[in-house]
Amino acid sequence: MSDGASSRCRALLMGSGEVLGQKPLPLAPALGFLPPPNSIADSSFVRSIQNMATTTTRSFLQVAATEEAAPPLRVVQIEGLVILKIIKHCKDHSPSLVTGQLLGLDVGSVLEVTNCFPFPMREEDEEIEADGANYQLEMMRCLREVNVDNNTVGWYQSTLLGSFQTVELIETFMNYQENIRRCVCIIYDPSRSDQGVLALKALKLSDSFMELYRSNNFTGEKLREKNLSWVDIFEEIPIKVSNSALISAFMTELEPDTPVTQCDYDRLQLSTSSLMERNTEFLIECMDDLSLEEQKFQFYYRSLSRQQAQQQAWLQKRRAENMARKAAGEEPLPEEDPSNPVFKPLPEPSRLESFLITNQISNYCNQINGVSGQSFNRLYLMKALHED
Amino acid sequence: MASSDRTVLQFSSSSSSSQSISAKVHPLVIFNICDCYVRRPDQADRVIGTLLGSVLPDGTVDIRNSYAVPHNESIEQVALDIEYHHNMLISHQKVNPKEIIVGWYSTGLGVTGGSALIHEFYSREVQNPIHLTVDTGFTNGGGTIKAYVSNNLSLGERQIAAQFQEIPLDLRMVEAERIGFDMLKATAVDKIPSDLEGMEASMQHLLVLIDDIYKYVDDVVEGRVAPDNKIGRFISDAVGSLPKVSPRVFDKLVNDSLQDHLLLLYLSSITRTQLSLAEKLNTAAQIL
Repeated sequence: MSDGASSRCRALLMGSGEVLGQKPLPLAPALGFLPPPNSIADSSFVRSIQNMATTTTRSFLQVAATEEAAPPLRVVQIEGLVILKIIKHCKDHSPSLVTGQLLGLDVGSVLEVTNCFPFPMREEDEEIEADGANYQLEMMRCLREVNVDNNTVGWYQSTLLGSFQTVELIETFMNYQENIRRCVCIIYDPSRSDQGVLALKALKLSDSFMELYRSNNFTGEKLREKNLSWVDIFEEIPIKVSNSALISAFMTELEPDTPVTQCDYDRLQLSTSSLMERNTEFLIECMDDLSLEEQKFQFYYRSLSRQQAQQQAWLQKRRAENMARKAAGEEPLPEEDPSNPVFKPLPEPSRLESFLITNQISNYCNQINGVSGQSFNRLYLMKALHED
Repeated sequence: MASSDRTVLQFSSSSSSSQSISAKVHPLVIFNICDCYVRRPDQADRVIGTLLGSVLPDGTVDIRNSYAVPHNESIEQVALDIEYHHNMLISHQKVNPKEIIVGWYSTGLGVTGGSALIHEFYSREVQNPIHLTVDTGFTNGGGTIKAYVSNNLSLGERQIAAQFQEIPLDLRMVEAERIGFDMLKATAVDKIPSDLEGMEASMQHLLVLIDDIYKYVDDVVEGRVAPDNKIGRFISDAVGSLPKVSPRVFDKLVNDSLQDHLLLLYLSSITRTQLSLAEKLNTAAQIL
């Protein structure tokens, strides 16, 4: 790419710098984990890329915009290279949580992820945040120069025992979704990979949830109308792995002669107690959170019923008054009084938080099930070995 | 011998310990190089790039990452995009400051003419760089991966040549094994194996291995195969590593952990039931 183009990037970035300042920083998530970095920088960055695209390839975009009816996303196809890169990045920085950007192509119902690059660790500083956006641009530019696909198709992030279902994730997702029609979030769990499991997941938000999130209306009525329950927030997309023929040849060449590989050792490791312990700990924490949410609702319902009782009382009083006035031949007073504080509608607490917590709980439960299933296998195996 | 002559023809190795240097490659590097090669520009014969990593305390060079650097090559000269190289380096170090330049790679078999020039450039970036060659063309029927260091051959004060000396390269890729070669070897894998599927595969592996040992031992006992003391020792080690516990204690041990896990399983199922119950109640309450 020429210098002219890069300076244009920079100029556009400065233009979108206002966007950086406008939005408030996402709050720290409930469980004390780091928020997904650059959710804001990302969006502005993506926007600036789009701006660039609109100035240069408007006609193409117009063409793209005309064929709106895209087939739904069915499969995420990841290159082995991307898996290795993600794992390396997440592992190197574990236990702190990291993110990075996924690059690839959107082909029909398949989203191909062909490359990725890591984001530097997030720091709470305006200047550095702008720097982060700069870094992304620079990286994309560099990768394009060596012919890497440079469409953003989503991002990846590491997680601790699957505790990724946070409001921040949703916010980041919405930011991405605004700019890229189809994006996906890949979650990798380094702590579970010690068990010989490739804990890789591709997620996206369901369409109905996104619609609801945009209107920011999570009352019980609305949810019932949409028939949306906590299961429907995230959609997991099946992952396919692909490798180029060249890599396949190399790997066949390099495969060790030993019949036992590291992942076999990892899987047959008998001690899982620390993992289970942490899993259960998280589960308990989530339970606490959930009961807190529940209390909020109880409080809401109690005050709601109290308010209704007050309204009734007020109405009765007003009716009695009206009867008296009628008897006295006076005009009756109106039966509604919006200025009265009794009629002020109480805000219903959002159910989003409890939905997310429920999601996490079910996630932990699944993990516990999985790990104990494995442990059963191991224990019986050991027993059989011992008896032989 | 040249070294005992008066006008000395000698290697001035840039580090005296060059004999003991060895390198270790992360599978990501191989993947990256292959990917870059597949995506190389139209007319290019090979791709070259920078290797990042660290030098371990025992002198092993741990090659952990890489990126391609655009270059132009003709018979006479090599043009390397140095600016690109530096930009990329800065970007990479933002993410992982501990990874420094350790050398460079090139595709193709062995060292070629232009390599000396590029190597000289990298010598200015880092002391004693490593040159990794990956034979993406499978010239002699196998994907040869080799690592070299360069020694300067000098006559008196005058440098006359650079000699590339092959160093041992550790290609055992624990990281790749962790993921599973099945995933990385095939050109298309439809599904990532779940916990239990992976477990099943491992168990089958184990079963096959045990069967092999049985067969071997039987063969030896019946005199069909010549006994090998080494294997015998391994087998006795393996059997000996089973802790000796009385059946009662062992049963208790197994049962206790079984019960622990069962309890956890029970807890998690009850939680799930609770969750679905709560959801049903929630919707029911709203309908009322």
